[in-house]
Amino acid sequence: MGSVKVFGPAMSTAVSRVMACLLEKEMPFQLLPIHLPKAQHKSPDFLKLQPFGQVPAFQDGDGTTLFESRAICRYICDQFAGQGNRSLLGPEGGGAADRARVDQWVEAEAHSFNPPSSALVFQLVFAPSMRLKQDPAAIRENEAKLRKVLGVYERRLAESRFLAGNEFSLADLATDKAELLTSRKNVARWWEDISARPSWKKVLDMRGAPPA
Amino acid sequence: MGSVTVYGPPISTAVSRVLACLQEKDVDFKLVNVDMAKGQHKSPDYLKLQPFGQVPAFQDEHATLFESRAICRYICDKYANRGNQSLLGRSGGGPAERAQVEQWLEAESQSFNPPSSVLVFQLAFAPRMGLPQDPAAIELNQAKLARVLDVYERRLGESRFLAGDEFSLADLAHLPNAHHIFAARKDDMFASRKNVARWWEEISTRPSWKKVVDMYSAAPPA
Repeated sequence: MGSVKVFGPAMSTAVSRVMACLLEKEMPFQLLPIHLPKAQHKSPDFLKLQPFGQVPAFQDGDGTTLFESRAICRYICDQFAGQGNRSLLGPEGGGAADRARVDQWVEAEAHSFNPPSSALVFQLVFAPSMRLKQDPAAIRENEAKLRKVLGVYERRLAESRFLAGNEFSLADLATDKAELLTSRKNVARWWEDISARPSWKKVLDMRGAPPA
Repeated sequence: MGSVTVYGPPISTAVSRVLACLQEKDVDFKLVNVDMAKGQHKSPDYLKLQPFGQVPAFQDEHATLFESRAICRYICDKYANRGNQSLLGRSGGGPAERAQVEQWLEAESQSFNPPSSVLVFQLAFAPRMGLPQDPAAIELNQAKLARVLDVYERRLGESRFLAGDEFSLADLAHLPNAHHIFAARKDDMFASRKNVARWWEEISTRPSWKKVVDMYSAAPPA
């Protein structure tokens, strides 16, 4: 029985999503860094794990390999259902409807929140540090999209503590863009709650560690 | 039974993703049209169902839900004993088998959907709506989609469907966007890849998908 392995750089939001989930589930794991600037993610060995050449890849102790962070998280929740946080995919002992009520917000994060916020983080944080030219039209367009999404989140978080209900769930996990979120009262409250979780602090520690 | 309602125009790709799943599962449903040209999707009543003002929304006696892929997973879980019982892995297959489907469903959602959605809008809907096409966007997204289909071509050389040897939700999720690309006769990148072409032929001729396509040309329900 081997150990659980996550492949990818800790700085990646998608990799962090999987790590945060494993930490919430109290599952020990090994992080095997993949050095993107050296194109390790395009090596033949890595492509066997992840045919799209993206991070993360995941390997269970029994040899099951998976890709796509949200699929990996759903698997971790199902496979290790009895340990750690048992309400990441709906209340413990809940049924299909409970799970779906969480899943719809996981999908909303994936389709509505993640695209504009990733684009903005790239433009505002990474482009300058990589000495790439910023694209003002892209910034305007994505700020407008994100404003609309945060408006929905603000209304939602006025009626429930977390996105899917009153328990922290997969839908809240690994929201990663603090600098964009603090101007709305309920969203700010929610961000403070979820970013204070020990599992997220551990992910941030791992990012701060020097690369292997 | 008999209490499933789907809200949205059937021609919407996300709505028809849900309709395809309901057909595969032999679950009866009522379709309530949402007239987006008239802004019905932004009405206060509709926003109670779908807070982002998008289609589809879904309702049965247990839940009101949004996001087509979440709705599809729910239909498979809730109506587990009806119709096609291997859309999320074979029953008794356990979390690892479900996860094989889930990773390819996420691949559809994160890799196939973004470029193909742009192409569907540009090639199928913009002309219909009298909007100008954007050749740069078409070219960029065709190139992105081609790279995704290269991965699919290799994968479908080693298994009959994306997640394995059974048709699953992962394959189903591709039907709406690919359909519109084919209907606009811009399907060369599918047709020129042997395994992708074989896979498309198989999944698009399923009776459940034909029923959904038939709904496109029917008059919208009241």
